[in-house]
Amino acid sequence: MILEVKNLKVVLGNKIILENLSFSVAEREIFVILGPNGAGKTVLLRALLKLLPYEGSVQWFPPDIRIGYVPQRIPLIEDLPLTVAEFFQLKDVSEEEMLKNLKAVGLSEKFFHQPIGKLSSGQFQRVLIAYGISHSPKVLLFDEPTAGIDLEGEETVYKMLEKIAKERKLTILLVTHDLNVVYQYATNVLCLNKKAVCYGPPKKVLTKEKLDKLFGNEVKIYHYYH
Amino acid sequence: MELQTLFSLIVAFFVGGASAYLGSLMLTKRMALVGDALGHVALPGMGLALLFNINVFWGALIFLLLGIFLIWLIEMRTALPLETLVGIIFVVSLAIGFLIIPEPELIESLIGDISKVKILDVFLAISLSLIALYFIQKIYPNLLLANISKDLARSQNISIEKTNLIYLLTIAAIVATGIKIAGSLLIGTLLIVPAATAKNLAQSFKGYMKLSAFFGILGSFLGIIFSSLFNINPGPLIVLISSLFFLFSLFKKRI
Repeated sequence: MILEVKNLKVVLGNKIILENLSFSVAEREIFVILGPNGAGKTVLLRALLKLLPYEGSVQWFPPDIRIGYVPQRIPLIEDLPLTVAEFFQLKDVSEEEMLKNLKAVGLSEKFFHQPIGKLSSGQFQRVLIAYGISHSPKVLLFDEPTAGIDLEGEETVYKMLEKIAKERKLTILLVTHDLNVVYQYATNVLCLNKKAVCYGPPKKVLTKEKLDKLFGNEVKIYHYYH
Repeated sequence: MELQTLFSLIVAFFVGGASAYLGSLMLTKRMALVGDALGHVALPGMGLALLFNINVFWGALIFLLLGIFLIWLIEMRTALPLETLVGIIFVVSLAIGFLIIPEPELIESLIGDISKVKILDVFLAISLSLIALYFIQKIYPNLLLANISKDLARSQNISIEKTNLIYLLTIAAIVATGIKIAGSLLIGTLLIVPAATAKNLAQSFKGYMKLSAFFGILGSFLGIIFSSLFNINPGPLIVLISSLFFLFSLFKKRI
């Protein structure tokens, strides 16, 4: 086991965002957190990173485990004259490692000195992943952008993450609102809407009933992708 | 060249360069107004210094440190919007400044007069600018990351509180020194306008910081030279010349 969460509760500004949440993640799993917008997925990732106050327990094994984080989006960064290489320097990543990681996410050398603001949303997401896997973490927390990246692009990103996870023996915790991602890649899924609606291997726990409960009317849209 | 003009140019080189360099970091956090506000926070301190007949630099510095500490505390301890609070601190300081500073000195506090700097000011400007530059260099990667994304910075175990405090103290030191050049009303110019100009032109962050310092120095130099030629106050001239550069940079950005 690499992560154990027990009775997690997060309250932000008098509002309960998450409660009564317990789950565990095994080594080298692709653990998917599925839920509609506003379900508290990003908040969960931030609690796991201990970036916000919470009740209950979040235990990593070992406690000082190296965690890579790929945030949903970084709105301010596009506005800055920061090159890809300079962005990596903020994490003190050596040029050699940067080269290796950018290659792993399918970006060629010509991107190194490009201003980040000039990248497409898909390219920027790849840069964030390369940044996240720098310094060889054991776990990668990946927060899916809710908008701005086309579906075709998304599929290749997940395939790429799966490949990187295999090569580097990574455990991945992935946040998404896309059901297809769960069926294709998840070892275990946690359906989240403030509380855990379902939890376990996707084929077993993702019943129509649970999905209706999770997404409400929205689920009809998701069925079209099957 | 007259010795006085030489003094002014030396101060302009160090303070103009250092504040513009620091300003390039301020712009990454959309903190444009903080520099302005801090200039005003210094006013009551300058007034008291004038009353007790000591170098206004020290009065300004003490009040700036107080103001900085207040802003830091507010930012860390509450979720209140920084800009609003800074705006309030800004007008309160201005009002107190107007009440306690005698009228002839008031104008000088507001728009400064670099053409009157003394040898002590020159040493102060050089040493404080160098100290500020040293600290900016040291905290710049962490601060930039924290400005881009607090979550990313915290996930890399960066202490945002510590970095921010050093950063604000550096701003205080630069503003206290810069008040002599541009005055409290115009110090914001030295922090913000060269950086905004450089941002329009730069292709990398290193280039951006260097260009910003360059425009800070150039604007201050030209302001002083024109002011000695036409015998007008350099403070407003520095502002106008710097803003003119900014205007040109907008055209370059479009292309």
